[in-house]
Amino acid sequence: MATREEITSGLAEILEEVAGVNPEDVAEEKSFTDDLDVDSLSMVEVVVAAEEKFGVKIPDNEVQNLKTVGDAVTYIEANH
Amino acid sequence: MSNVDVVVTGLGATTPLGGDVASTWDAMLAGRSGVGPLTQEWAGQLPVRIAAQLAVEPSEVLERVRLRRMDRAEAMAVIAAKQAWADAGLADSGLDPDRLAVSYGTGIGGAITLLEQDDILEQSGPRRVSPHTVPMLMPNGPAAYIGLELGARAGVRAMASACATGAEAVALGLDLLRAGRADVVVAGSTEAVVHPLPIAGFASMRAMSTRNDDPEKASRPWDKNRDGFVLGEGAGALILERADHAAARGARVYARLAGAGITSDGFDIVQPDPECRGGIRAMRMAIQDAGLTGADIHHVNAHATSTPVGDMGEIKGIKAAIGTHPILTSTKSMSGHLLGAAGALESIATILALRDGIIPPTINLDEPDERLDLDVAAHKARPAEIQAAMNNSFGFGGHNVALVFARV
Repeated sequence: MATREEITSGLAEILEEVAGVNPEDVAEEKSFTDDLDVDSLSMVEVVVAAEEKFGVKIPDNEVQNLKTVGDAVTYIEANH
Repeated sequence: MSNVDVVVTGLGATTPLGGDVASTWDAMLAGRSGVGPLTQEWAGQLPVRIAAQLAVEPSEVLERVRLRRMDRAEAMAVIAAKQAWADAGLADSGLDPDRLAVSYGTGIGGAITLLEQDDILEQSGPRRVSPHTVPMLMPNGPAAYIGLELGARAGVRAMASACATGAEAVALGLDLLRAGRADVVVAGSTEAVVHPLPIAGFASMRAMSTRNDDPEKASRPWDKNRDGFVLGEGAGALILERADHAAARGARVYARLAGAGITSDGFDIVQPDPECRGGIRAMRMAIQDAGLTGADIHHVNAHATSTPVGDMGEIKGIKAAIGTHPILTSTKSMSGHLLGAAGALESIATILALRDGIIPPTINLDEPDERLDLDVAAHKARPAEIQAAMNNSFGFGGHNVALVFARV
Protein backbone atom coordinates (compact mmCIF):
# COMPACT_ATOMS: atom_id res chain seq x y z
CA MET A 1 0.00 0.00 0.00
CA ALA A 2 1.35 3.34 -1.09
CA THR A 3 1.39 6.19 1.42
CA ARG A 4 -0.23 9.56 0.71
CA GLU A 5 3.24 10.99 0.11
CA GLU A 6 4.05 8.25 -2.39
CA ILE A 7 0.77 8.77 -4.24
CA THR A 8 1.35 12.54 -4.34
CA SER A 9 4.82 12.12 -5.77
CA GLY A 10 3.51 9.57 -8.31
CA LEU A 11 0.87 12.10 -9.40
CA ALA A 12 3.56 14.77 -9.62
CA GLU A 13 5.51 12.59 -12.06
CA ILE A 14 2.41 12.11 -14.21
CA LEU A 15 1.57 15.82 -14.11
CA GLU A 16 5.08 16.70 -15.22
CA GLU A 17 4.99 14.21 -18.08
CA VAL A 18 1.51 15.08 -19.32
CA ALA A 19 1.17 18.78 -18.61
CA GLY A 20 4.67 20.05 -17.84
CA VAL A 21 3.80 20.87 -14.22
CA ASN A 22 6.82 21.50 -12.01
CA PRO A 23 6.81 18.65 -9.44
CA GLU A 24 7.68 21.14 -6.69
CA ASP A 25 4.36 22.87 -7.31
CA VAL A 26 2.37 19.70 -6.68
CA ALA A 27 0.82 19.59 -3.19
CA GLU A 28 -2.41 18.18 -1.77
CA GLU A 29 -4.17 21.54 -1.49
CA LYS A 30 -3.49 22.50 -5.14
CA SER A 31 -6.39 22.61 -7.59
CA PHE A 32 -5.69 20.86 -10.87
CA THR A 33 -7.34 23.54 -13.01
CA ASP A 34 -6.88 26.74 -11.00
CA ASP A 35 -3.40 26.21 -9.55
CA LEU A 36 -1.69 23.73 -11.84
CA ASP A 37 -3.28 24.86 -15.12
CA VAL A 38 -4.30 21.36 -16.17
CA ASP A 39 -6.96 21.61 -18.89
CA SER A 40 -9.77 19.13 -19.36
CA LEU A 41 -8.02 17.06 -22.04
CA SER A 42 -4.84 16.82 -20.00
CA MET A 43 -6.92 15.81 -16.97
CA VAL A 44 -8.15 12.83 -19.01
CA GLU A 45 -4.54 11.87 -19.64
CA VAL A 46 -3.69 12.28 -15.95
CA VAL A 47 -6.56 10.02 -14.94
CA VAL A 48 -5.66 7.28 -17.42
CA ALA A 49 -2.00 7.40 -16.40
CA ALA A 50 -2.95 7.30 -12.70
CA GLU A 51 -5.18 4.28 -13.28
CA GLU A 52 -2.26 2.48 -14.83
CA LYS A 53 0.28 3.57 -12.24
CA PHE A 54 -1.79 2.82 -9.14
CA GLY A 55 -3.96 -0.04 -10.42
CA VAL A 56 -7.26 1.75 -9.76
CA LYS A 57 -10.37 2.45 -11.79
CA ILE A 58 -11.41 6.11 -11.79
CA PRO A 59 -14.84 6.34 -13.45
CA ASP A 60 -15.66 9.51 -15.42
CA ASN A 61 -18.40 10.50 -12.94
CA GLU A 62 -15.78 10.40 -10.18
CA VAL A 63 -13.29 12.58 -12.02
CA GLN A 64 -15.44 15.70 -11.62
CA ASN A 65 -15.11 15.34 -7.83
CA LEU A 66 -11.31 15.33 -8.01
CA LYS A 67 -10.76 19.08 -7.74
CA THR A 68 -7.46 19.02 -5.88
CA VAL A 69 -4.43 16.78 -5.79
CA GLY A 70 -5.54 15.78 -2.27
CA ASP A 71 -8.95 14.65 -3.61
CA ALA A 72 -7.16 12.37 -6.09
CA VAL A 73 -4.80 11.04 -3.43
CA THR A 74 -7.74 10.22 -1.16
CA TYR A 75 -9.60 8.44 -3.95
CA ILE A 76 -6.57 6.41 -5.00
CA GLU A 77 -5.69 5.55 -1.39
CA ALA A 78 -9.22 4.27 -0.76
CA ASN A 79 -9.58 2.30 -4.00
CA HIS A 80 -6.27 0.75 -4.93
CA MET B 1 -7.23 42.05 -62.02
CA SER B 2 -7.16 44.01 -58.87
CA ASN B 3 -5.20 47.14 -58.17
CA VAL B 4 -4.19 45.92 -54.72
CA ASP B 5 -0.51 44.98 -54.78
CA VAL B 6 0.49 42.07 -52.57
CA VAL B 7 4.03 41.55 -51.36
CA VAL B 8 5.95 38.91 -49.45
CA THR B 9 7.50 40.28 -46.26
CA GLY B 10 8.48 37.17 -44.32
CA LEU B 11 9.63 33.60 -44.93
CA GLY B 12 9.93 30.55 -42.69
CA ALA B 13 10.68 26.88 -43.28
CA THR B 14 11.82 23.65 -41.76
CA THR B 15 12.93 21.18 -44.41
CA PRO B 16 15.16 18.19 -45.13
CA LEU B 17 17.83 20.70 -46.13
CA GLY B 18 17.80 22.87 -43.03
CA GLY B 19 15.91 23.98 -39.95
CA ASP B 20 15.23 27.43 -41.36
CA VAL B 21 15.11 29.37 -44.62
CA ALA B 22 18.74 30.50 -44.60
CA SER B 23 20.19 27.02 -44.12
CA THR B 24 17.74 25.51 -46.61
CA TRP B 25 18.64 28.11 -49.24
CA ASP B 26 22.38 27.65 -48.64
CA ALA B 27 21.98 23.89 -49.09
CA MET B 28 20.01 24.38 -52.31
CA LEU B 29 22.58 26.73 -53.79
CA ALA B 30 25.30 24.24 -52.87
CA GLY B 31 23.37 21.44 -54.60
CA ARG B 32 23.09 19.27 -51.51
CA SER B 33 20.65 16.37 -51.32
CA GLY B 34 18.41 15.98 -48.28
CA VAL B 35 17.56 12.39 -49.17
CA GLY B 36 18.85 9.55 -47.03
CA PRO B 37 18.11 5.97 -46.02
CA LEU B 38 15.18 5.16 -43.76
CA THR B 39 16.82 3.43 -40.83
CA GLN B 40 13.63 2.83 -38.83
CA GLU B 41 12.88 -0.82 -38.11
CA TRP B 42 9.62 -0.67 -40.07
CA ALA B 43 11.42 0.37 -43.23
CA GLY B 44 13.04 -3.03 -43.70
CA GLN B 45 9.95 -4.64 -45.26
CA LEU B 46 9.14 -1.75 -47.62
CA PRO B 47 10.01 -1.59 -51.32
CA VAL B 48 11.02 2.06 -50.75
CA ARG B 49 13.58 2.64 -47.98
CA ILE B 50 14.64 6.23 -48.65
CA ALA B 51 13.15 9.62 -47.83
CA ALA B 52 14.07 13.24 -47.22
CA GLN B 53 13.57 13.70 -43.50
CA LEU B 54 13.77 16.92 -41.50
CA ALA B 55 17.25 18.30 -40.89
CA VAL B 56 16.21 19.61 -37.45
CA GLU B 57 13.73 17.70 -35.32
CA PRO B 58 10.77 19.71 -33.94
CA SER B 59 11.79 18.54 -30.45
CA GLU B 60 14.89 20.71 -30.75
CA VAL B 61 12.70 23.76 -31.29
CA LEU B 62 9.37 23.36 -29.50
CA GLU B 63 8.78 22.58 -25.87
CA ARG B 64 8.08 18.92 -25.03
CA VAL B 65 4.61 19.31 -23.53
CA ARG B 66 3.37 21.36 -26.51
CA LEU B 67 4.70 18.72 -28.88
CA ARG B 68 2.72 15.97 -27.12
CA ARG B 69 -0.47 17.71 -28.25
CA MET B 70 0.56 18.32 -31.85
CA ASP B 71 0.89 16.09 -34.84
CA ARG B 72 4.33 16.34 -36.44
CA ALA B 73 2.78 18.25 -39.36
CA GLU B 74 1.28 20.77 -36.93
CA ALA B 75 4.54 21.24 -35.06
CA MET B 76 6.42 21.88 -38.30
CA ALA B 77 3.77 24.36 -39.42
CA VAL B 78 4.05 26.32 -36.18
CA ILE B 79 7.85 26.34 -36.42
CA ALA B 80 7.78 27.67 -40.00
CA ALA B 81 5.09 30.25 -39.27
CA LYS B 82 6.89 31.60 -36.20
CA GLN B 83 10.05 32.05 -38.25
CA ALA B 84 8.14 33.88 -40.99
CA TRP B 85 6.38 36.05 -38.43
CA ALA B 86 9.66 37.08 -36.81
CA ASP B 87 11.29 37.55 -40.22
CA ALA B 88 8.51 39.95 -41.24
CA GLY B 89 9.02 42.00 -38.09
CA LEU B 90 5.37 41.62 -37.15
CA ALA B 91 5.88 40.57 -33.55
CA ASP B 92 5.50 44.03 -32.01
CA SER B 93 3.99 45.81 -34.98
CA GLY B 94 0.60 46.42 -33.39
CA LEU B 95 -1.16 44.56 -36.21
CA ASP B 96 -4.90 44.31 -35.52
CA PRO B 97 -5.58 40.55 -35.01
CA ASP B 98 -8.95 41.03 -36.77
CA ARG B 99 -6.95 41.84 -39.92
CA LEU B 100 -4.66 38.81 -39.73
CA ALA B 101 -5.72 35.66 -41.61
CA VAL B 102 -4.20 32.24 -42.09
CA SER B 103 -4.32 30.28 -45.35
CA TYR B 104 -2.45 27.11 -44.64
CA GLY B 105 -2.85 23.52 -45.72
CA THR B 106 -1.61 20.00 -45.72
CA GLY B 107 -1.87 17.36 -48.40
CA ILE B 108 -2.67 14.45 -46.12
CA GLY B 109 -3.03 15.79 -42.57
CA GLY B 110 -2.28 14.09 -39.28
CA ALA B 111 -1.68 10.64 -40.70
CA ILE B 112 1.05 9.75 -38.24
CA THR B 113 -1.24 10.53 -35.31
CA LEU B 114 -4.11 8.58 -36.86
CA LEU B 115 -1.96 5.52 -37.41
CA GLU B 116 -0.17 5.67 -34.06
CA GLN B 117 -3.43 6.06 -32.17
CA ASP B 118 -4.93 3.19 -34.15
CA ASP B 119 -2.01 1.04 -32.96
CA ILE B 120 -2.83 2.07 -29.38
CA LEU B 121 -6.51 1.29 -29.93
CA GLU B 122 -5.68 -2.18 -31.24
CA GLN B 123 -3.11 -2.98 -28.58
CA SER B 124 -4.45 -1.31 -25.44
CA GLY B 125 -8.10 -0.49 -26.05
CA PRO B 126 -10.12 2.69 -26.53
CA ARG B 127 -9.46 4.14 -23.07
CA ARG B 128 -5.77 4.53 -23.89
CA VAL B 129 -6.42 6.57 -27.04
CA SER B 130 -5.15 10.10 -26.46
CA PRO B 131 -7.75 12.83 -25.87
CA HIS B 132 -5.62 14.98 -28.19
CA THR B 133 -6.16 12.60 -31.13
CA VAL B 134 -8.81 14.59 -32.99
CA PRO B 135 -7.16 18.02 -32.87
CA MET B 136 -3.92 16.31 -33.86
CA LEU B 137 -5.25 14.54 -36.93
CA MET B 138 -7.74 17.07 -38.29
CA PRO B 139 -6.50 18.56 -41.58
CA ASN B 140 -7.26 22.13 -40.46
CA GLY B 141 -5.06 21.54 -37.39
CA PRO B 142 -1.86 23.11 -38.80
CA ALA B 143 -3.72 26.26 -39.91
CA ALA B 144 -5.58 26.45 -36.61
CA TYR B 145 -2.43 26.05 -34.53
CA ILE B 146 -0.75 28.86 -36.50
CA GLY B 147 -3.82 31.00 -35.92
CA LEU B 148 -3.62 30.30 -32.19
CA GLU B 149 0.10 30.94 -32.02
CA LEU B 150 -0.10 34.29 -33.81
CA GLY B 151 -3.56 35.33 -32.64
CA ALA B 152 -5.14 35.48 -36.11
CA ARG B 153 -8.82 36.40 -36.07
CA ALA B 154 -9.63 37.19 -39.70
CA GLY B 155 -10.26 33.54 -40.45
CA VAL B 156 -8.17 30.41 -40.56
CA ARG B 157 -8.53 28.72 -43.96
CA ALA B 158 -7.27 25.19 -44.50
CA MET B 159 -6.42 24.05 -48.01
CA ALA B 160 -6.28 20.47 -49.21
CA SER B 161 -5.34 19.91 -52.84
CA ALA B 162 -2.70 17.20 -52.52
CA CYS B 163 0.64 18.30 -53.95
CA ALA B 164 -0.77 21.67 -55.05
CA THR B 165 -1.84 22.56 -51.50
CA GLY B 166 0.98 24.94 -50.65
CA ALA B 167 0.65 26.91 -53.85
CA GLU B 168 -3.12 27.00 -53.58
CA ALA B 169 -2.86 28.33 -50.03
CA VAL B 170 -0.62 31.14 -51.30
CA ALA B 171 -3.11 31.83 -54.12
CA LEU B 172 -5.97 32.02 -51.63
CA GLY B 173 -3.88 34.42 -49.54
CA LEU B 174 -3.60 36.68 -52.59
CA ASP B 175 -7.37 36.57 -53.06
CA LEU B 176 -8.03 37.37 -49.39
CA LEU B 177 -5.77 40.42 -49.53
CA ARG B 178 -7.18 41.65 -52.83
CA ALA B 179 -10.71 41.23 -51.52
CA GLY B 180 -9.84 43.30 -48.47
CA ARG B 181 -10.57 40.51 -46.02
CA ALA B 182 -7.22 40.92 -44.26
CA ASP B 183 -4.09 43.09 -44.25
CA VAL B 184 -1.70 40.22 -43.58
CA VAL B 185 -2.01 36.51 -44.40
CA VAL B 186 0.19 33.69 -43.15
CA ALA B 187 0.22 31.27 -46.09
CA GLY B 188 1.86 27.95 -46.78
CA SER B 189 1.67 24.28 -46.01
CA THR B 190 3.11 21.36 -44.11
CA GLU B 191 3.51 17.63 -44.62
CA ALA B 192 4.72 14.86 -42.34
CA VAL B 193 3.90 11.40 -43.59
CA VAL B 194 7.18 9.54 -43.35
CA HIS B 195 5.41 6.44 -42.07
CA PRO B 196 5.12 2.94 -43.54
CA LEU B 197 1.47 3.19 -44.58
CA PRO B 198 1.64 6.29 -46.82
CA ILE B 199 4.96 5.06 -48.20
CA ALA B 200 3.48 1.63 -48.95
CA GLY B 201 0.48 3.31 -50.60
CA PHE B 202 2.58 5.51 -52.88
CA ALA B 203 4.91 2.59 -53.56
CA SER B 204 1.96 0.40 -54.56
CA MET B 205 1.07 3.06 -57.13
CA ARG B 206 4.61 2.60 -58.47
CA ALA B 207 5.01 6.35 -58.05
CA MET B 208 8.16 6.31 -55.92
CA SER B 209 11.81 5.84 -56.68
CA THR B 210 13.22 2.53 -55.45
CA ARG B 211 16.83 3.61 -55.80
CA ASN B 212 17.40 2.44 -52.23
CA ASP B 213 21.12 1.87 -52.64
CA ASP B 214 21.84 5.45 -53.72
CA PRO B 215 19.47 7.82 -51.92
CA GLU B 216 21.11 11.10 -52.93
CA LYS B 217 20.76 10.15 -56.60
CA ALA B 218 17.15 9.00 -56.35
CA SER B 219 15.36 12.29 -57.02
CA ARG B 220 16.36 13.13 -60.61
CA PRO B 221 13.73 15.21 -62.40
CA TRP B 222 13.96 15.11 -66.23
CA ASP B 223 16.79 12.59 -66.13
CA LYS B 224 16.47 9.58 -68.42
CA ASN B 225 16.91 7.24 -65.47
CA ARG B 226 14.32 8.80 -63.17
CA ASP B 227 12.06 6.19 -61.59
CA GLY B 228 9.65 8.08 -59.37
CA PHE B 229 9.52 10.70 -56.65
CA VAL B 230 11.25 10.64 -53.28
CA LEU B 231 9.04 11.41 -50.30
CA GLY B 232 10.06 14.44 -48.26
CA GLU B 233 8.66 16.11 -45.16
CA GLY B 234 8.69 19.73 -44.11
CA ALA B 235 6.81 22.99 -43.88
CA GLY B 236 7.03 26.45 -45.38
CA ALA B 237 5.33 29.71 -44.48
CA LEU B 238 5.10 33.04 -46.27
CA ILE B 239 3.88 36.32 -44.87
CA LEU B 240 1.75 37.95 -47.55
CA GLU B 241 0.83 41.55 -47.01
CA ARG B 242 -0.96 44.37 -48.78
CA ALA B 243 1.83 46.46 -50.32
CA ASP B 244 0.56 49.72 -48.83
CA HIS B 245 0.34 48.09 -45.39
CA ALA B 246 3.92 46.83 -45.69
CA ALA B 247 5.12 50.23 -46.88
CA ALA B 248 3.39 52.05 -44.03
CA ARG B 249 5.26 50.00 -41.45
CA GLY B 250 8.54 50.13 -43.35
CA ALA B 251 8.67 46.39 -43.87
CA ARG B 252 11.42 44.74 -45.87
CA VAL B 253 9.90 43.29 -49.06
CA TYR B 254 11.23 40.10 -50.70
CA ALA B 255 9.08 40.15 -53.83
CA ARG B 256 5.65 40.92 -55.17
CA LEU B 257 3.15 38.10 -55.45
CA ALA B 258 1.98 39.29 -58.83
CA GLY B 259 -0.51 36.67 -59.93
CA ALA B 260 -2.00 33.23 -59.52
CA GLY B 261 -3.81 30.73 -61.68
CA ILE B 262 -5.83 27.76 -60.47
CA THR B 263 -7.41 25.16 -62.75
CA SER B 264 -8.52 21.55 -62.58
CA ASP B 265 -7.89 18.85 -65.18
CA GLY B 266 -11.11 16.87 -65.27
CA PHE B 267 -8.92 14.11 -66.64
CA ASP B 268 -8.03 11.46 -64.04
CA ILE B 269 -7.93 11.19 -60.26
CA VAL B 270 -4.15 10.65 -60.18
CA GLN B 271 -2.68 10.58 -63.70
CA PRO B 272 -1.43 13.91 -64.97
CA ASP B 273 -2.78 14.96 -68.36
CA PRO B 274 0.19 14.19 -70.65
CA GLU B 275 -0.70 17.27 -72.69
CA CYS B 276 -0.69 19.41 -69.51
CA ARG B 277 -3.81 21.26 -70.70
CA GLY B 278 -4.91 22.21 -67.19
CA GLY B 279 -1.37 23.24 -66.33
CA ILE B 280 -1.17 25.44 -69.42
CA ARG B 281 -4.40 27.19 -68.50
CA ALA B 282 -3.15 27.76 -64.93
CA MET B 283 0.17 29.20 -66.13
CA ARG B 284 -1.53 31.49 -68.66
CA MET B 285 -4.04 32.61 -66.07
CA ALA B 286 -1.27 33.46 -63.58
CA ILE B 287 0.71 35.42 -66.17
CA GLN B 288 -2.37 37.36 -67.24
CA ASP B 289 -3.34 37.97 -63.62
CA ALA B 290 0.12 39.44 -63.08
CA GLY B 291 -0.37 41.78 -66.03
CA LEU B 292 2.61 40.19 -67.77
CA THR B 293 3.27 38.13 -70.88
CA GLY B 294 5.14 34.85 -71.24
CA ALA B 295 8.23 36.75 -72.34
CA ASP B 296 8.43 38.36 -68.89
CA ILE B 297 8.81 35.03 -67.05
CA HIS B 298 12.54 34.37 -66.83
CA HIS B 299 12.58 31.40 -64.50
CA VAL B 300 10.28 28.52 -63.53
CA ASN B 301 10.60 26.49 -60.38
CA ALA B 302 8.86 23.48 -61.89
CA HIS B 303 6.67 20.89 -60.25
CA ALA B 304 8.85 18.15 -61.84
CA THR B 305 8.76 15.40 -59.24
CA SER B 306 11.01 12.86 -61.00
CA THR B 307 8.18 10.69 -62.30
CA PRO B 308 8.34 9.44 -65.91
CA VAL B 309 5.06 10.98 -67.16
CA GLY B 310 4.60 14.16 -65.14
CA ASP B 311 8.00 15.69 -65.77
CA MET B 312 7.67 15.74 -69.54
CA GLY B 313 4.05 16.90 -69.61
CA GLU B 314 5.04 20.01 -67.69
CA ILE B 315 7.77 20.75 -70.25
CA LYS B 316 5.14 20.80 -72.98
CA GLY B 317 3.03 23.06 -70.81
CA ILE B 318 5.81 25.56 -70.09
CA LYS B 319 6.64 25.84 -73.78
CA ALA B 320 3.00 26.45 -74.68
CA ALA B 321 2.22 28.90 -71.90
CA ILE B 322 5.52 30.75 -71.49
CA GLY B 323 7.92 29.91 -74.32
CA THR B 324 11.32 28.34 -74.71
CA HIS B 325 13.30 31.07 -72.92
CA PRO B 326 12.81 30.51 -69.16
CA ILE B 327 15.51 28.78 -67.15
CA LEU B 328 13.99 25.89 -65.24
CA THR B 329 14.87 24.09 -62.07
CA SER B 330 13.37 21.42 -59.88
CA THR B 331 14.49 21.86 -56.30
CA LYS B 332 12.78 18.53 -55.55
CA SER B 333 16.00 16.99 -56.83
CA MET B 334 17.45 18.11 -53.47
CA SER B 335 14.52 18.42 -51.05
CA GLY B 336 12.55 15.40 -52.24
CA HIS B 337 8.85 15.86 -52.83
CA LEU B 338 7.22 17.53 -49.83
CA LEU B 339 3.74 16.69 -51.20
CA GLY B 340 1.35 19.31 -49.80
CA ALA B 341 4.26 21.44 -48.58
CA ALA B 342 6.03 21.47 -51.95
CA GLY B 343 4.33 24.64 -53.19
CA ALA B 344 5.27 26.52 -50.04
CA LEU B 345 8.94 25.52 -50.07
CA GLU B 346 9.22 26.06 -53.81
CA SER B 347 7.56 29.47 -53.61
CA ILE B 348 10.25 30.38 -51.11
CA ALA B 349 12.97 29.10 -53.47
CA THR B 350 11.42 31.07 -56.35
CA ILE B 351 11.30 34.26 -54.27
CA LEU B 352 14.91 33.90 -53.16
CA ALA B 353 16.04 33.21 -56.74
CA LEU B 354 14.41 36.53 -57.69
CA ARG B 355 15.93 38.37 -54.78
CA ASP B 356 19.45 36.98 -55.11
CA GLY B 357 19.58 36.66 -58.90
CA ILE B 358 20.57 33.02 -58.73
CA ILE B 359 18.69 29.86 -59.70
CA PRO B 360 19.22 26.83 -57.48
CA PRO B 361 20.33 23.73 -59.38
CA THR B 362 18.57 20.56 -60.46
CA ILE B 363 20.97 17.93 -59.26
CA ASN B 364 21.26 14.43 -60.74
CA LEU B 365 20.31 15.58 -64.24
CA ASP B 366 23.14 13.48 -65.64
CA GLU B 367 21.46 12.19 -68.79
CA PRO B 368 18.61 14.50 -69.73
CA ASP B 369 15.52 12.92 -71.30
CA GLU B 370 15.73 13.53 -75.08
CA ARG B 371 12.42 15.34 -74.94
CA LEU B 372 13.83 17.93 -72.54
CA ASP B 373 14.46 20.85 -74.88
CA LEU B 374 14.39 23.68 -72.36
CA ASP B 375 17.27 25.16 -70.41
CA VAL B 376 17.63 23.71 -66.91
CA ALA B 377 20.08 24.94 -64.28
CA ALA B 378 21.60 21.48 -64.06
CA HIS B 379 24.14 20.45 -61.38
CA LYS B 380 25.17 23.96 -60.34
CA ALA B 381 23.35 27.10 -59.25
CA ARG B 382 23.12 29.58 -62.11
CA PRO B 383 23.33 33.36 -61.71
CA ALA B 384 20.56 35.06 -63.70
CA GLU B 385 18.86 38.43 -63.79
CA ILE B 386 15.25 37.56 -63.10
CA GLN B 387 12.43 40.10 -63.18
CA ALA B 388 9.59 37.63 -62.79
CA ALA B 389 9.42 33.92 -62.05
CA MET B 390 6.81 31.19 -61.80
CA ASN B 391 6.25 28.34 -59.40
CA ASN B 392 4.14 25.41 -60.61
CA SER B 393 2.38 22.86 -58.42
CA PHE B 394 0.16 20.04 -59.60
CA GLY B 395 -1.68 17.59 -57.36
CA PHE B 396 -3.52 14.28 -57.31
CA GLY B 397 -7.12 15.11 -58.07
CA GLY B 398 -6.09 17.16 -61.10
CA HIS B 399 -5.24 20.39 -59.26
CA ASN B 400 -3.02 22.86 -61.11
CA VAL B 401 -1.69 26.01 -59.50
CA ALA B 402 0.76 28.51 -60.97
CA LEU B 403 2.11 31.48 -59.03
CA VAL B 404 3.97 34.45 -60.45
CA PHE B 405 6.41 36.40 -58.30
CA ALA B 406 8.08 39.61 -59.47
CA ARG B 407 10.90 41.82 -58.30
CA VAL B 408 9.93 44.95 -56.44
